[in-house]
Amino acid sequence: MVQIPTTKYGTPRRAVLGAALAGVAAPALVGCVTSGGDSGNGTATGAKTAENPLGVVPDAPLEVVVFKGGYGDDYAKNAEAQYAQKYPKAKIDHKGIQRVGEALQPRFVADTPPDVVDNSGAGRLDLPTLAAASKLSDLTELLDAPAWDNSAAKVRDTLLPGVIEDGTLAGKVVTLNLTYTVWGLWYSRPLFDKHGWAYPKNWTEMLALCDQIKRAGIAPWTYQGKYPEYLNDPLLTMAAKTGGTDLLKAVDNLEPNAWKSDALIGAASAIAELAGKGYIMPGSEALSHTESQAAWCQGKAAFIPCGSWLESEQKGVVPAGFDMVMGTVPALTAGDKMAGTAVQAASSESYLVPAKAKNSAGGLEYLRILFSKASAKAFAEANATLPAIAGATDGLTLTSGLSSVRDAVAGAGKEAFSFRFRSWYAPLAKAVDDATGELANKRITPQAWAERIQKAADAVAKDSSVTKYQR
Amino acid sequence: MRHGKLRFVAGALAPALVLHALFVLSPYAQAFYLSLTDWTGVAGGAHFVGLGNYARLGEDALFLDALRNNAVMLIVVPTVTIAIGLFLASVLHLGGRRGLDGVRGTAFYKVVYFFPQLLSLAIVAVLWQFVYNPTNGLLNGSLRGIGLGGLAHSWLAEPHLALAAVMAVIVWSSVGFYMVLFSAAMDAIPRELYEAALIDGAGAWATFRKVTLPLVRDNVRVAFVYLGIAALDGFAIVQIMTVGPGGPDGATEVIGLSLYRNAFTYGKFGYASAMGVTLFFLTLAVALLALRGRRTERLEIA
Repeated sequence: MVQIPTTKYGTPRRAVLGAALAGVAAPALVGCVTSGGDSGNGTATGAKTAENPLGVVPDAPLEVVVFKGGYGDDYAKNAEAQYAQKYPKAKIDHKGIQRVGEALQPRFVADTPPDVVDNSGAGRLDLPTLAAASKLSDLTELLDAPAWDNSAAKVRDTLLPGVIEDGTLAGKVVTLNLTYTVWGLWYSRPLFDKHGWAYPKNWTEMLALCDQIKRAGIAPWTYQGKYPEYLNDPLLTMAAKTGGTDLLKAVDNLEPNAWKSDALIGAASAIAELAGKGYIMPGSEALSHTESQAAWCQGKAAFIPCGSWLESEQKGVVPAGFDMVMGTVPALTAGDKMAGTAVQAASSESYLVPAKAKNSAGGLEYLRILFSKASAKAFAEANATLPAIAGATDGLTLTSGLSSVRDAVAGAGKEAFSFRFRSWYAPLAKAVDDATGELANKRITPQAWAERIQKAADAVAKDSSVTKYQR
Repeated sequence: MRHGKLRFVAGALAPALVLHALFVLSPYAQAFYLSLTDWTGVAGGAHFVGLGNYARLGEDALFLDALRNNAVMLIVVPTVTIAIGLFLASVLHLGGRRGLDGVRGTAFYKVVYFFPQLLSLAIVAVLWQFVYNPTNGLLNGSLRGIGLGGLAHSWLAEPHLALAAVMAVIVWSSVGFYMVLFSAAMDAIPRELYEAALIDGAGAWATFRKVTLPLVRDNVRVAFVYLGIAALDGFAIVQIMTVGPGGPDGATEVIGLSLYRNAFTYGKFGYASAMGVTLFFLTLAVALLALRGRRTERLEIA
């Protein structure tokens, strides 16, 4: 154990230290960090009625912890106000914070968590870890409850495709995501109109257009090089369109040689070709997301891959009349298994109810309010972001970016897909990011890219300490 | 009487010892224990896995990258920082025309060189990230401005340059402090020694080697310990400044970053603790080596 330095004073000091160590450290070893176990949860539940389908105890206090990031936390407070209106006796404790994981980790360990948590932003808790430790409530009861402002429909029927799957871990729905993110390629419509460029429908057209753009003195692409995961999105989207659902399953289920499939190597080759032909803005590889996105807003590059949050993220930077829009990632081959309109989409801003919440019925009820159409509409209006609730943007006047995102979702129909490995196996995600960074800088070939990632995927697959998931 | 004295000493020591045990020794002990478990950071229970976490470290390519990078930093950062620190301190003391005074404006330089020490490490990292920006950064801009555009690089994105770029920042940010440290040590050297050396016809280099260096050796040794510990860390700068972070492709990975990622991103606190314990012993070994390495007899002045 800890080595105690000897001193010229000999035993007394050592003895005292030793005694202190034995006295304090020993109980701390077994006591502090990993305490907990199965102390009963004090979840309060009342009678379930049509008026109160989740059995909320009207005077039970409710503690809500919300990630206060780009969306602020006013929308969460509005939902709390509605909760207070229905249950005037309930005392509501609201906390809008950042680095949710670091703040709440000790409370999850001690089994004294809040009643609702928005587990989002940098420094959030790792969901598979929480789920594996049985720290999360099953939300099925909420999904089967009638929607807050439409008692004819169940909550589950009001959500966009994929939202329930996104919140499912090991067959249990443990989170409900409030926002809906779509990934694509962004460009400025006036810039394209000015040059007479048309958004490409397939990769051949993309390469031809890149050539034109380059000749016009503009870099065709830039990307958030400091975080190579941004470039993974167009790459993986192309691969998924080529390989279809089978590819998604093979990759996420860690099947042998999944990463060496033609679809993935083809998509990696497409990105490598982009780099090889000099279609990526020089220096992109070292730019952060803010720097590369700013360069794109200044018209130094025509395309940038990003999720649908880009428009609100660039609010303070974008020049007037830039009118950014998002296009879907072009299809790579004529034999693609999914339509060119398919999009990679996932819901985020994860709301969860801890298993040991004191007022879990209240927590569920709070989510029923938050996920109502009216609440989602207010959210969309305030944040220019698509909520995960169907029809939330109906009747709103949308910005150019948000309306292009809504059109992409509508155009994709049921073909909105996502990869799960990023959230299931974070070390694999890191390996993919690193490999893609190397690929885009021409330091490895598409073949080597696939082999490296396959090796990382195999390592995860055979690691018995990692909980495995299937889709 | 003796009894009362013992009680008094014990009473005076107890609060400090209890605090030390509670906030220093107990976390260490817990980390040691956790490194032998598979604790996830949120689960109530942690299963004992013996030395399994340590065995894994040997197969973790990123961790091995981190070890290699920290080893390089351990050699380069202290050596370069101390060399520059000693050089600047000497110039400030003896760089004047007569060879006995500092250069003109010594006080001013001392303050200026000390500036980086006043900035928080996070700010230093952010500023240097701007400096290294490949398109509009100060470094490439200057190179292009003086017609050396061919030397412009994507400093933080090229694997063979990234670690050097990180080390340059660490050296830049710490050199001022060590210059002041060595300056203070040189202040304590009697002037007669330099006068005697001058009369004996010793040049600047001989004076430095034969007079100054032996008399500031203790400070240099302390500097090695501090800088060694700093070189084994490097987390903040790498986390903020580098591609990935820790990249490109592990080129700037450090043990602290691997540890942080495993604990807070992957939820492997047990494994991360094993990294922490490894780092603890590495740091301890460096400190012991630096302090015990060369036991030369002390020089007595005056």
